[in-house]
Amino acid sequence: MNARTTKLREIAKKLLDKQKVDVVIGFKKGTIPLKNTPFFATNSEEADLLLWDGNCIGNLAAYLPKMAGKRAAIVAQGCVSRNVVGLIQEKQVDSNNIYIIGMPCTGMLDPRKIIAAVPGEITEAVEDQLYVTARGKGFEITLNRSDVLNRNCDRCTVRNPVLFDEIASEPKPELKDPVRYEKIRAIEALPPEGRAESIDELLSPCIRCYACRDACPLCYCPECFVDKSSPQWCGKSQDDRDVLSYHLIRAFHTAGRCTECGACEEVCPMGIKIRLISGKVEKDIREIFDGYEAWKDLKTPPPLTVFQRDDPQPFVKE
Amino acid sequence: MKSLLEYAGLEPGRLHFSWISSAEGEKFANFATSVVESVTALGPIKRFAKDEVSVGDRGVEL
Repeated sequence: MNARTTKLREIAKKLLDKQKVDVVIGFKKGTIPLKNTPFFATNSEEADLLLWDGNCIGNLAAYLPKMAGKRAAIVAQGCVSRNVVGLIQEKQVDSNNIYIIGMPCTGMLDPRKIIAAVPGEITEAVEDQLYVTARGKGFEITLNRSDVLNRNCDRCTVRNPVLFDEIASEPKPELKDPVRYEKIRAIEALPPEGRAESIDELLSPCIRCYACRDACPLCYCPECFVDKSSPQWCGKSQDDRDVLSYHLIRAFHTAGRCTECGACEEVCPMGIKIRLISGKVEKDIREIFDGYEAWKDLKTPPPLTVFQRDDPQPFVKE
Repeated sequence: MKSLLEYAGLEPGRLHFSWISSAEGEKFANFATSVVESVTALGPIKRFAKDEVSVGDRGVEL
Protein backbone atom coordinates (compact mmCIF):
# COMPACT_ATOMS: atom_id res chain seq x y z
CA MET A 1 0.00 0.00 0.00
CA ASN A 2 1.42 3.37 -0.96
CA ALA A 3 1.94 6.29 1.40
CA ARG A 4 -0.80 8.39 -0.18
CA THR A 5 -3.39 5.63 0.34
CA THR A 6 -2.36 5.28 4.00
CA LYS A 7 -2.68 9.00 4.54
CA LEU A 8 -5.99 9.13 2.64
CA ARG A 9 -7.55 6.41 4.82
CA GLU A 10 -6.30 8.15 7.94
CA ILE A 11 -7.89 11.46 6.88
CA ALA A 12 -11.13 9.76 5.78
CA LYS A 13 -11.48 7.86 9.06
CA LYS A 14 -10.87 10.98 11.10
CA LEU A 15 -13.53 12.91 9.13
CA LEU A 16 -16.11 10.12 9.37
CA ASP A 17 -15.44 9.29 13.02
CA LYS A 18 -15.74 12.92 14.07
CA GLN A 19 -18.86 13.18 11.91
CA LYS A 20 -17.43 16.14 10.05
CA VAL A 21 -18.75 14.68 6.80
CA ASP A 22 -21.46 12.17 5.86
CA VAL A 23 -19.56 10.60 2.99
CA VAL A 24 -16.05 10.47 1.57
CA ILE A 25 -16.01 10.26 -2.22
CA GLY A 26 -12.98 8.38 -3.49
CA PHE A 27 -11.97 5.19 -5.26
CA LYS A 28 -11.71 1.54 -4.29
CA LYS A 29 -10.15 -1.35 -6.11
CA GLY A 30 -12.13 -2.38 -9.16
CA THR A 31 -13.10 -5.87 -10.27
CA ILE A 32 -10.63 -5.89 -13.15
CA PRO A 33 -6.99 -4.79 -13.20
CA LEU A 34 -6.17 -1.18 -14.20
CA LYS A 35 -9.61 0.12 -13.34
CA ASN A 36 -10.56 1.43 -9.93
CA THR A 37 -14.16 2.17 -9.22
CA PRO A 38 -15.65 5.28 -7.60
CA PHE A 39 -16.55 4.60 -4.00
CA PHE A 40 -18.60 6.38 -1.35
CA ALA A 41 -17.32 5.63 2.14
CA THR A 42 -19.81 6.38 4.91
CA ASN A 43 -18.08 4.86 7.95
CA SER A 44 -14.55 4.15 9.08
CA GLU A 45 -14.68 0.45 8.05
CA GLU A 46 -15.56 1.48 4.52
CA ALA A 47 -12.82 4.11 4.65
CA ASP A 48 -10.34 1.23 4.78
CA LEU A 49 -11.29 0.35 1.20
CA LEU A 50 -10.34 3.75 -0.17
CA LEU A 51 -7.16 3.88 -2.21
CA TRP A 52 -5.14 6.06 -4.53
CA ASP A 53 -2.96 4.94 -7.42
CA GLY A 54 -2.65 5.43 -11.18
CA ASN A 55 -5.98 3.78 -12.00
CA CYS A 56 -8.32 6.33 -10.45
CA ILE A 57 -9.90 7.33 -13.75
CA GLY A 58 -12.97 9.51 -14.12
CA ASN A 59 -13.68 12.79 -12.37
CA LEU A 60 -15.15 12.55 -8.86
CA ALA A 61 -16.34 16.16 -8.97
CA ALA A 62 -19.16 14.93 -11.24
CA TYR A 63 -20.80 13.32 -8.18
CA LEU A 64 -20.84 16.47 -6.04
CA PRO A 65 -23.98 18.13 -7.47
CA LYS A 66 -25.84 14.88 -6.73
CA MET A 67 -24.89 15.03 -3.03
CA ALA A 68 -27.52 17.67 -2.23
CA GLY A 69 -27.78 18.32 1.50
CA LYS A 70 -25.00 15.91 2.43
CA ARG A 71 -21.64 16.99 3.74
CA ALA A 72 -19.17 15.34 1.44
CA ALA A 73 -15.40 15.00 1.44
CA ILE A 74 -13.89 14.51 -1.98
CA VAL A 75 -10.48 13.23 -2.96
CA ALA A 76 -9.20 15.76 -5.49
CA GLN A 77 -6.09 15.97 -7.60
CA GLY A 78 -5.33 19.09 -9.68
CA CYS A 79 -8.04 18.71 -12.31
CA VAL A 80 -10.76 17.55 -9.92
CA SER A 81 -10.01 20.39 -7.50
CA ARG A 82 -10.41 22.83 -10.40
CA ASN A 83 -13.77 21.29 -11.23
CA VAL A 84 -14.82 21.65 -7.58
CA VAL A 85 -13.87 25.34 -7.81
CA GLY A 86 -16.01 25.51 -10.96
CA LEU A 87 -19.01 23.91 -9.27
CA ILE A 88 -18.68 26.37 -6.39
CA GLN A 89 -18.37 29.31 -8.80
CA GLU A 90 -21.36 28.13 -10.79
CA LYS A 91 -23.29 27.70 -7.52
CA GLN A 92 -23.98 24.02 -8.08
CA VAL A 93 -22.59 23.07 -4.68
CA ASP A 94 -22.35 24.78 -1.30
CA SER A 95 -18.68 25.16 -0.38
CA ASN A 96 -19.61 24.85 3.33
CA ASN A 97 -20.73 21.27 2.69
CA ILE A 98 -17.53 20.22 0.95
CA TYR A 99 -14.26 19.09 2.40
CA ILE A 100 -11.51 18.71 -0.17
CA ILE A 101 -8.84 16.09 0.49
CA GLY A 102 -6.05 17.32 -1.78
CA MET A 103 -4.16 14.63 -3.64
CA PRO A 104 -1.01 15.64 -5.55
CA CYS A 105 -1.14 13.54 -8.72
CA THR A 106 1.44 11.93 -10.96
CA GLY A 107 -1.01 11.21 -13.77
CA MET A 108 -3.38 8.35 -14.49
CA LEU A 109 -2.54 5.32 -16.60
CA ASP A 110 -4.29 4.67 -19.87
CA PRO A 111 -5.47 1.03 -19.73
CA ARG A 112 -5.76 0.94 -23.52
CA LYS A 113 -2.07 1.72 -23.96
CA ILE A 114 -1.08 -0.99 -21.48
CA ILE A 115 -3.41 -3.58 -23.00
CA ALA A 116 -1.98 -2.78 -26.46
CA ALA A 117 1.55 -3.36 -25.19
CA VAL A 118 1.04 -6.91 -23.85
CA PRO A 119 0.32 -10.19 -25.67
CA GLY A 120 -2.61 -11.48 -23.59
CA GLU A 121 -5.16 -10.73 -20.91
CA ILE A 122 -3.77 -8.84 -17.93
CA THR A 123 -4.61 -10.51 -14.62
CA GLU A 124 -2.53 -8.29 -12.39
CA ALA A 125 -0.89 -4.90 -12.68
CA VAL A 126 1.36 -3.20 -10.18
CA GLU A 127 2.96 0.22 -10.35
CA ASP A 128 5.58 2.23 -8.58
CA GLN A 129 6.74 5.78 -9.16
CA LEU A 130 8.44 5.03 -12.47
CA TYR A 131 7.22 1.70 -13.83
CA VAL A 132 4.09 -0.37 -14.38
CA THR A 133 4.32 -4.14 -14.46
CA ALA A 134 1.52 -6.07 -16.15
CA ARG A 135 1.25 -9.83 -15.58
CA GLY A 136 -0.89 -12.41 -17.30
CA LYS A 137 -0.76 -16.00 -18.46
CA GLY A 138 2.80 -16.55 -19.69
CA PHE A 139 3.99 -12.96 -19.66
CA GLU A 140 5.26 -10.24 -17.38
CA ILE A 141 6.00 -6.90 -18.99
CA THR A 142 7.34 -3.78 -17.36
CA LEU A 143 6.57 -0.45 -18.99
CA ASN A 144 7.74 3.08 -18.25
CA ARG A 145 4.97 4.87 -16.41
CA SER A 146 5.53 7.98 -18.52
CA ASP A 147 4.87 6.00 -21.73
CA VAL A 148 1.43 4.77 -20.68
CA LEU A 149 -0.04 7.90 -19.13
CA ASN A 150 -3.33 9.33 -20.31
CA ARG A 151 -2.98 11.77 -23.17
CA ASN A 152 -4.07 14.65 -20.93
CA CYS A 153 -2.04 13.59 -17.87
CA ASP A 154 1.27 13.45 -19.74
CA ARG A 155 1.05 17.20 -20.39
CA CYS A 156 -0.75 18.27 -17.23
CA THR A 157 0.55 21.44 -15.58
CA VAL A 158 -1.81 21.36 -12.58
CA ARG A 159 -1.00 18.15 -10.77
CA ASN A 160 -1.40 19.67 -7.34
CA PRO A 161 -4.85 20.68 -6.10
CA VAL A 162 -5.62 24.40 -6.40
CA LEU A 163 -7.99 24.33 -3.41
CA PHE A 164 -8.00 21.90 -0.50
CA ASP A 165 -8.78 21.62 3.20
CA GLU A 166 -6.15 19.00 3.86
CA ILE A 167 -3.49 17.47 1.65
CA ALA A 168 -2.47 13.81 1.53
CA SER A 169 1.17 14.21 0.47
CA GLU A 170 3.88 16.69 -0.40
CA PRO A 171 3.19 18.62 -3.64
CA LYS A 172 4.51 17.02 -6.82
CA PRO A 173 6.72 18.94 -9.25
CA GLU A 174 4.74 20.62 -12.05
CA LEU A 175 5.59 20.43 -15.76
CA LYS A 176 6.68 23.66 -17.41
CA ASP A 177 5.37 24.49 -20.91
CA PRO A 178 4.68 21.00 -22.23
CA VAL A 179 3.96 20.44 -25.92
CA ARG A 180 0.20 20.67 -26.38
CA TYR A 181 -2.36 20.33 -29.14
CA GLU A 182 -0.11 18.63 -31.75
CA LYS A 183 -3.01 16.65 -33.23
CA ILE A 184 -5.41 19.58 -33.09
CA ARG A 185 -2.87 21.77 -34.93
CA ALA A 186 -2.44 19.05 -37.54
CA ILE A 187 -6.21 19.00 -38.20
CA GLU A 188 -6.35 22.82 -38.27
CA ALA A 189 -3.69 22.88 -40.96
CA LEU A 190 -5.83 20.77 -43.33
CA PRO A 191 -8.17 22.29 -45.96
CA PRO A 192 -11.91 22.33 -45.03
CA GLU A 193 -12.62 18.97 -46.72
CA GLY A 194 -9.67 17.39 -44.91
CA ARG A 195 -10.88 18.72 -41.59
CA ALA A 196 -14.38 17.41 -42.27
CA GLU A 197 -12.95 14.01 -43.12
CA SER A 198 -10.75 13.90 -39.99
CA ILE A 199 -13.60 14.83 -37.66
CA ASP A 200 -16.04 12.39 -39.32
CA GLU A 201 -13.49 9.60 -39.02
CA LEU A 202 -12.86 10.51 -35.38
CA LEU A 203 -16.58 10.36 -34.54
CA SER A 204 -17.60 7.45 -36.75
CA PRO A 205 -17.43 4.85 -33.91
CA CYS A 206 -19.73 6.95 -31.66
CA ILE A 207 -22.77 4.99 -30.44
CA ARG A 208 -24.24 8.01 -28.64
CA CYS A 209 -24.28 6.36 -25.23
CA TYR A 210 -23.56 9.78 -23.70
CA ALA A 211 -21.02 8.29 -21.28
CA CYS A 212 -18.80 11.31 -22.03
CA ARG A 213 -21.54 13.65 -20.88
CA ASP A 214 -22.44 11.57 -17.83
CA ALA A 215 -18.81 11.45 -16.66
CA CYS A 216 -18.26 15.17 -17.17
CA PRO A 217 -18.40 17.40 -14.08
CA LEU A 218 -19.46 20.30 -16.32
CA CYS A 219 -22.55 18.43 -17.52
CA TYR A 220 -24.83 18.81 -14.53
CA CYS A 221 -27.90 20.14 -16.37
CA PRO A 222 -31.01 18.32 -15.08
CA GLU A 223 -32.15 18.00 -18.68
CA CYS A 224 -29.50 17.87 -21.38
CA PHE A 225 -30.13 19.45 -24.78
CA VAL A 226 -29.80 16.05 -26.45
CA ASP A 227 -32.51 14.52 -24.25
CA LYS A 228 -35.00 17.27 -24.85
CA SER A 229 -37.71 16.42 -27.34
CA SER A 230 -39.80 19.59 -27.30
CA PRO A 231 -38.15 21.45 -28.86
CA GLN A 232 -35.72 18.91 -30.21
CA TRP A 233 -32.42 20.75 -30.43
CA CYS A 234 -30.39 17.91 -31.82
CA GLY A 235 -31.21 14.90 -34.00
CA LYS A 236 -31.14 11.67 -32.03
CA SER A 237 -30.14 9.32 -34.82
CA GLN A 238 -26.82 7.72 -35.69
CA ASP A 239 -26.64 9.91 -38.79
CA ASP A 240 -23.13 11.35 -38.92
CA ARG A 241 -24.51 14.89 -38.93
CA ASP A 242 -26.53 14.25 -35.77
CA VAL A 243 -23.50 12.70 -34.08
CA LEU A 244 -21.40 15.67 -35.15
CA SER A 245 -24.01 18.15 -33.85
CA TYR A 246 -24.05 16.46 -30.46
CA HIS A 247 -20.28 16.57 -30.08
CA LEU A 248 -19.89 20.14 -31.36
CA ILE A 249 -22.65 21.51 -29.14
CA ARG A 250 -21.30 19.71 -26.08
CA ALA A 251 -17.80 20.96 -26.83
CA PHE A 252 -19.12 24.49 -27.10
CA HIS A 253 -20.85 24.15 -23.71
CA THR A 254 -17.46 23.35 -22.18
CA ALA A 255 -15.88 26.54 -23.56
CA GLY A 256 -13.80 28.23 -20.89
CA ARG A 257 -14.89 25.63 -18.35
CA CYS A 258 -13.05 22.47 -19.38
CA THR A 259 -10.16 21.52 -17.09
CA GLU A 260 -8.88 18.81 -19.47
CA CYS A 261 -9.43 16.14 -16.83
CA GLY A 262 -9.94 13.60 -19.62
CA ALA A 263 -12.90 11.84 -17.98
CA CYS A 264 -14.84 11.93 -21.28
CA GLU A 265 -12.16 9.94 -23.09
CA GLU A 266 -11.51 7.58 -20.20
CA VAL A 267 -15.12 6.45 -20.08
CA CYS A 268 -15.73 6.26 -23.83
CA PRO A 269 -16.47 2.59 -24.61
CA MET A 270 -15.41 3.14 -28.23
CA GLY A 271 -12.11 4.84 -27.37
CA ILE A 272 -12.96 8.06 -29.22
CA LYS A 273 -10.49 10.88 -28.62
CA ILE A 274 -13.24 13.34 -27.72
CA ARG A 275 -10.72 15.91 -26.55
CA LEU A 276 -9.67 16.50 -30.14
CA ILE A 277 -12.95 18.44 -30.30
CA SER A 278 -13.38 19.87 -26.79
CA GLY A 279 -9.61 20.52 -26.73
CA LYS A 280 -9.96 22.73 -29.78
CA VAL A 281 -12.32 24.97 -27.81
CA GLU A 282 -10.01 24.87 -24.81
CA LYS A 283 -7.10 25.84 -27.07
CA ASP A 284 -9.04 28.74 -28.63
CA ILE A 285 -10.02 30.11 -25.21
CA ARG A 286 -6.43 29.83 -24.01
CA GLU A 287 -5.17 31.67 -27.10
CA ILE A 288 -7.89 34.33 -27.32
CA PHE A 289 -8.02 35.10 -23.60
CA ASP A 290 -4.35 35.43 -22.80
CA GLY A 291 -3.51 31.96 -21.56
CA TYR A 292 -6.68 31.51 -19.49
CA GLU A 293 -7.05 28.11 -17.85
CA ALA A 294 -10.36 27.24 -16.27
CA TRP A 295 -10.92 27.59 -12.56
CA LYS A 296 -7.49 27.98 -11.06
CA ASP A 297 -8.98 30.02 -8.19
CA LEU A 298 -12.34 30.97 -6.68
CA LYS A 299 -12.25 34.59 -7.83
CA THR A 300 -11.54 34.59 -11.59
CA PRO A 301 -14.73 33.95 -13.59
CA PRO A 302 -14.49 32.13 -16.95
CA PRO A 303 -14.02 34.68 -19.76
CA LEU A 304 -17.27 33.81 -21.55
CA THR A 305 -19.34 34.64 -18.44
CA VAL A 306 -18.20 38.25 -18.24
CA PHE A 307 -18.18 41.21 -20.60
CA GLN A 308 -15.24 43.54 -21.07
CA ARG A 309 -15.22 46.43 -23.50
CA ASP A 310 -11.92 45.21 -24.92
CA ASP A 311 -12.89 41.54 -25.29
CA PRO A 312 -11.05 40.09 -28.29
CA GLN A 313 -13.44 39.32 -31.15
CA PRO A 314 -11.36 38.17 -34.12
CA PHE A 315 -14.43 36.60 -35.77
CA VAL A 316 -16.43 39.85 -35.96
CA LYS A 317 -16.40 41.80 -39.22
CA GLU A 318 -16.50 45.57 -39.12
CA MET B 1 -18.06 28.99 -32.42
CA LYS B 2 -16.91 30.06 -35.89
CA SER B 3 -13.54 28.60 -35.14
CA LEU B 4 -15.06 25.32 -33.90
CA LEU B 5 -17.39 24.93 -36.90
CA GLU B 6 -14.59 25.63 -39.33
CA TYR B 7 -12.42 23.14 -37.45
CA ALA B 8 -15.18 20.59 -38.04
CA GLY B 9 -15.11 21.28 -41.76
CA LEU B 10 -17.33 24.32 -42.43
CA GLU B 11 -15.88 26.43 -45.24
CA PRO B 12 -14.49 29.80 -44.16
CA GLY B 13 -16.77 32.43 -45.68
CA ARG B 14 -20.03 30.65 -44.86
CA LEU B 15 -20.48 31.98 -41.33
CA HIS B 16 -20.31 35.73 -40.66
CA PHE B 17 -20.59 37.85 -37.54
CA SER B 18 -20.87 41.59 -37.15
CA TRP B 19 -22.13 44.17 -34.68
CA ILE B 20 -24.70 46.38 -36.36
CA SER B 21 -26.87 48.91 -34.59
CA SER B 22 -30.49 49.39 -35.60
CA ALA B 23 -29.44 52.89 -36.69
CA GLU B 24 -26.82 51.57 -39.13
CA GLY B 25 -29.01 50.77 -42.12
CA GLU B 26 -26.33 51.20 -44.75
CA LYS B 27 -23.85 49.05 -42.82
CA PHE B 28 -26.48 46.33 -42.53
CA ALA B 29 -27.27 46.46 -46.25
CA ASN B 30 -23.59 46.29 -47.21
CA PHE B 31 -22.94 43.47 -44.78
CA ALA B 32 -25.92 41.46 -46.03
CA THR B 33 -24.74 41.92 -49.61
CA SER B 34 -21.24 40.73 -48.78
CA VAL B 35 -22.64 37.67 -46.95
CA VAL B 36 -24.82 36.76 -49.93
CA GLU B 37 -21.89 37.16 -52.34
CA SER B 38 -19.58 35.12 -50.18
CA VAL B 39 -22.07 32.29 -49.65
CA THR B 40 -23.26 32.24 -53.27
CA ALA B 41 -19.66 31.82 -54.35
CA LEU B 42 -19.37 28.74 -52.15
CA GLY B 43 -22.55 27.13 -53.52
CA PRO B 44 -25.02 24.94 -51.62
CA ILE B 45 -23.84 23.56 -48.29
CA LYS B 46 -22.82 19.92 -48.17
CA ARG B 47 -21.44 19.71 -44.66
CA PHE B 48 -24.02 19.70 -41.77
CA ALA B 49 -27.07 19.79 -44.06
CA LYS B 50 -29.35 16.77 -44.21
CA ASP B 51 -30.64 15.75 -47.60
CA GLU B 52 -34.23 14.54 -47.29
CA VAL B 53 -33.94 12.33 -50.37
CA SER B 54 -31.16 10.34 -48.74
CA VAL B 55 -33.60 9.35 -45.97
CA GLY B 56 -35.80 7.75 -48.63
CA ASP B 57 -32.78 6.06 -50.18
CA ARG B 58 -32.13 4.32 -46.91
CA GLY B 59 -35.51 2.62 -47.05
CA VAL B 60 -37.49 4.97 -44.84
CA GLU B 61 -40.88 5.93 -46.21
CA LEU B 62 -41.30 9.64 -46.54
